[in-house]
Amino acid sequence: MTELKERHEITLTVNGETVTRTVEARQHLVDFLRNELQLTGSHLGCEHGVCGACTVRLDGEIVRGCLTLAVQADGAAVETIEGVTETGEIADLQETFVERNALQCGFCTPGMLLTAAELLNAGKPATRAEIRTHLSGNYCRCTGYHAIVDAIETTNNKRLGTK
Amino acid sequence: MKAPRFLYVRVASLVEALEVLAEYGDEASVLAGGQSLMPTLNMRLSSPKVLVDINRIDDLKGISLDGNMVRVGALSRHADVMTSPIVVEHLPLIAQAYPFVAHAAVRNRGTFGGSVALADPASEMPACVLALNATLVLDSKAGGRRNVAASDYFKGLYETERRDDELLIEARIPIKAAGEVSAFGELSRRHGDFALAGVAMHGTVANGVITGLRPVYFGSEDRPVLGVATAAAVEGKGATEETFAAVNVALGNDLDPLSNFHADAATRLQLARVLTKRALTSMVNGGGVV
Ligand SMILES: Cc1cc2nc3c(=O)[nH]c(=O)nc-3n(C[C@H](O)[C@H](O)[C@H](O)COP(=O)(O)OP(=O)(O)OC[C@H]3O[C@@H](n4cnc5c(N)ncnc54)[C@H](O)[C@@H]3O)c2cc1C
Ligand code: FES
Ligand code: FES
Repeated sequence: MTELKERHEITLTVNGETVTRTVEARQHLVDFLRNELQLTGSHLGCEHGVCGACTVRLDGEIVRGCLTLAVQADGAAVETIEGVTETGEIADLQETFVERNALQCGFCTPGMLLTAAELLNAGKPATRAEIRTHLSGNYCRCTGYHAIVDAIETTNNKRLGTK
Repeated sequence: MKAPRFLYVRVASLVEALEVLAEYGDEASVLAGGQSLMPTLNMRLSSPKVLVDINRIDDLKGISLDGNMVRVGALSRHADVMTSPIVVEHLPLIAQAYPFVAHAAVRNRGTFGGSVALADPASEMPACVLALNATLVLDSKAGGRRNVAASDYFKGLYETERRDDELLIEARIPIKAAGEVSAFGELSRRHGDFALAGVAMHGTVANGVITGLRPVYFGSEDRPVLGVATAAAVEGKGATEETFAAVNVALGNDLDPLSNFHADAATRLQLARVLTKRALTSMVNGGGVV
């Protein structure tokens, strides 16, 4: 059991690097990433779980960064859009987003990319309807989604060698 | 917005969790997946003194087959329950309902037990545990373990039989027996949003005749509602126009939907009738999502 208190020391890896900080319990993961680590790729739209702009990976799975406390990430591995950009894991998807005009203001894009990456990593064919269902937790106020679905569909098909 | 200040403790075992809950009672909130609690904190709708993080109690995770029931640990993530081969084989109703619960990222974190503990009236899992006649297991330092039937558990809007010092440990859900069939239907504005109307039903079908039906309506009133009159109207009948007519009358007796800005009572009742007709038709054809 940790001590019952307001400030906690946490150690976690962020994009592969180990960091140790003391955080207030009430600070959520995206404020921690943005304010403590200057990783501003994770965005805050609604801060109550609806928009998906805050999507990050926690121990390999996408989660809402605004609904996860930084203190809960103690001992965990966090990956952000900066990290997956650097490793090149989704370089093809990012390229296709540009080609297809799948972003305008770009506010939703980091969350969209990480959410799409989970679908791509499943390595299975996905219909447009399935892609839309998988993206249902991510709002985009600019593109109307069509181009985003195009980009994900194209990338998935390319990776599977079906087109 | 940002959450108010609170004290945080991450417990490593069930015993520790029950200790903290015994000490702080209604000043403490259990933090499971946080997918409902965190929004209320960020919007400052609640301000507990203490948050008890139960996420690392491994004993509360896992899905297992135990004789003629499935045990679902409270801390099992939505995503894990949804894809569990045990659930897919033995609890088809839950497998049918899960794609309607929130979105991928929320399901990775949110828990089965959190959903049942919270008892949101528009939520799918409370309706499913009621339709399947599940038993919910609660534990506390003062009172020890006790079993509560799902039919006694849901008391009102976010109100349940659980006391503040109790933790929900697991759900014990009877497996589908031979001849039993499930159907599930939900209407919402956007996939993954909370239901405007929904039904989860389970019963026995033989030669196109339905018996022992348990139709549960959610997104209707302040808690999931078992359609007792509806079940009586269906008993021993097939999915015919005559049955549907009787069901339409019965549903008017079973349900008294709440009106809000999402939909008014008359709309919700009409949607429940439409869903029930679809679900009954599906039941006699093997069941499924309608
Ligand atoms: C955008 C969005 C859409 C959603 N859509 C849906 C939907 O369509 N359908 C749906 O059902 N849900 C939906 N949810 C809610 C989601 O399913 C939550 O995961 C669930 O309601 C609560 O589970 P949790 O583990 O996240 O619990 P938490 O948020 O951690 O806790 C919820 C409440 O239950 C208590 N609690 C949790 N676990 C226990 C326990 N073991 N014992 C005692 N008390 C406990 C907590 O103290 C708290 O009061 C949505 C959430 C979001 C953010
Ligand atoms: S900021 Fe987290 S979901 Fe909107
Ligand atoms: S590109 Fe502007 S919100 Fe999606």
